[in-house]
Amino acid sequence: MGTLVVDAVISGILTGGVYALMAAGLTLIFGVMDIINVAQGIFVVLGAYLSYTLSVHLGVDLFLGLVVTVPAMFVVGVFIQWAFIRRLGERERTAMSILATYAVAIIIEGVLGLVFGVDYVQLNAWYVNRSIHLFNFYLPYIYVFGFVLAVCLLAALYVMLYRTRFGRSVRASLQDRSAARLVGIDVDRVAAVTFGIGVAVTAAGGMVFGATNSFNPNTGYDLISRLLTIVILGGLGSIGGALGAAVLMLVIEDVVAVVWSPIWAPFVFFAMLVVVLSVRPSGLFGQVAGRAQ
Amino acid sequence: MKPGNATRKGVAVKTMSGEDKTRRAGRVATRRRWRTISGLAAVLPAAALVIAAQGASAEASGNGVPSKGPIVIGASLSLSGDFSADGQAFDRGYQLWEAYQNAHGGLLGHKVALDVISDASDPGQVATNYQTLITVKHVNLIFGPFSTLLTVPASKVTNRYGYAMIEGAGGGPSAFATGLRSLFDVSAPVANSLVPFAQWIASLPKSERPKTAAYPTSNDPFTEPQLPVAEQILQKAGVKTVYFKVFPAEVTDYTPIADAVAASKAQIVLLGSVDVPTVSAFIHAFAQQHYDPQAFIATAGPDQGSAFVSAVGAGNTDGVMVPNAWYGGSSNKLSKAMVAAYIKKYGGTPSDINADVAEAFSVGEVTTQAVEATHSLDGSKLISYLHSNVTVQSVQGPVHFDNVGENVSATIFVFQWVHGRFVQVLPLGDPGSTKIEFPKADWGS
Repeated sequence: MGTLVVDAVISGILTGGVYALMAAGLTLIFGVMDIINVAQGIFVVLGAYLSYTLSVHLGVDLFLGLVVTVPAMFVVGVFIQWAFIRRLGERERTAMSILATYAVAIIIEGVLGLVFGVDYVQLNAWYVNRSIHLFNFYLPYIYVFGFVLAVCLLAALYVMLYRTRFGRSVRASLQDRSAARLVGIDVDRVAAVTFGIGVAVTAAGGMVFGATNSFNPNTGYDLISRLLTIVILGGLGSIGGALGAAVLMLVIEDVVAVVWSPIWAPFVFFAMLVVVLSVRPSGLFGQVAGRAQ
Repeated sequence: MKPGNATRKGVAVKTMSGEDKTRRAGRVATRRRWRTISGLAAVLPAAALVIAAQGASAEASGNGVPSKGPIVIGASLSLSGDFSADGQAFDRGYQLWEAYQNAHGGLLGHKVALDVISDASDPGQVATNYQTLITVKHVNLIFGPFSTLLTVPASKVTNRYGYAMIEGAGGGPSAFATGLRSLFDVSAPVANSLVPFAQWIASLPKSERPKTAAYPTSNDPFTEPQLPVAEQILQKAGVKTVYFKVFPAEVTDYTPIADAVAASKAQIVLLGSVDVPTVSAFIHAFAQQHYDPQAFIATAGPDQGSAFVSAVGAGNTDGVMVPNAWYGGSSNKLSKAMVAAYIKKYGGTPSDINADVAEAFSVGEVTTQAVEATHSLDGSKLISYLHSNVTVQSVQGPVHFDNVGENVSATIFVFQWVHGRFVQVLPLGDPGSTKIEFPKADWGS
């Protein structure tokens, strides 16, 4: 049993990295722009399909393909922000964003359904099925690579947000849009780029998700509730919080699945979530703290 | 004081008294409106029922056959959501039957026309959809949805309106536990689906017989009833259970569950799965853990043709088994005709055809035979006919219903992926069965 628990903890940490990668864009958009992006799930699936297309039709390696898919998703993000989000009024912007991004999700899902059909597919590469034997444990390469990618990208996001001039513009826009305009920040441009970055990061999350799970155009709906949970637990806008919350969620669920029963795993996690939010309503790395970093 | 102000003030005074009158008049009008609304509220449902009934009778008087135009058949399918892959395969099966039937003279001299609406795999939506199909769209006949989970709520609605619910994917015990006489499942009842596999393992010589088994299963009304039946047979044969756990339908991470199965070192694995992603997650995790059971059977997923292969990878399919009542290589004449029609319409090979297509097509075939035998679309006549001890034919073989609508004539086969081909391997000695691959090849071979 002890070995299984350790295995579950390792599995939770590695899989948590994958979920953090998927949730990073959401926390950026949600926390920084106050946009509840319910299309995040379909962005993950879109990223997975882009990698699938490059891999199957052009033989491009999944990780190498990110050189193409990440910029492509950035363009998609900027376009969606321009076409759907920017046009929302300031009043009830957050509530309206749910409808707008839901519409985006429906449109993308429909297009993916037309192009790829509904049969499940999964990304394949030499490292998808193989694992490395370390200290009596088999660690799947894809999860190890995915976790390393997650840490690197989240660190880059953190640096961008908290150690650059652009990051300061982003946080200034967040704190007071009018004041930000007064000091010369192009708030619309900052919003477009931030949304684009949030969607671009999801390309990487989508690739790793697609290599570890079968997916079809409808898969996004299963993801969004989990991703929102991670973002809320981690604290809106906190990149590190997304990683911490994702790892915590997966470790708790995985350990409960092994020690007790898989059927109780989500219950235990959500019970813990309620306790945490009742003590810290702004999440583990709450909004104020997250934005002040 | 400026004249304008005086005028405004005067108007204001006059308006105040006018407002009182207006308010009183408004209250009276409101009360009248409420009386009217409450009266309408009382009358409207009754009127709606009458109109609905008239609509239905206008469309389907006497034997229920419309005087002109096509016979409209309504169905709710999971075209999106968790069951979308199966739902759309079912849709292909229904569409294929519609085209086939119309090419062969239609039904009672009328063309048939399907009216399919999506339920997004939601048990609440499926009930609403059938309510809409019956009371708003006044369809002549209805076909069932996908899955036991959705068939149960759907069948309660259709039974209320006296429609015969002929379906092909609601074979879980909970569907028949409703006791509705209007429900008919043309496919094999699922509770005993793993019995041929378990009996085969039990029949192996003791030296070859596996000693341990693992039973991970999704908490779905389709999967959960199947495993205890198989476990009982295997335990009697001395096969020890080393893992039996239920997991939720939507799992964040399958890895620890699959790893626990691998750690149990069970020699055979019986997986209660409803779809391809579940099977795929287990297979990939087993491969990563270098765990190769001697036999691996999943309740659903491997029967989905090319969709299964593309998800798990061609190298991981060898030796994987699945119980079902149909496969693309079936020697059944009706099946051969359907396969030919399918390939003509959609392309591919017989192995590519999802078994859902055959289940859906069977629904159409059974409906056709019931309608032609009774010369009627009337629900009560169709129900009586299908309960009259008759045996009808489908691409899945003979169909004969018991008093709760289970197809007691259905034969359950076990199919296996062998070197990229999907072949029948059980029951042993059946003319269509080929040699079973046991122990199965290692993953990735």
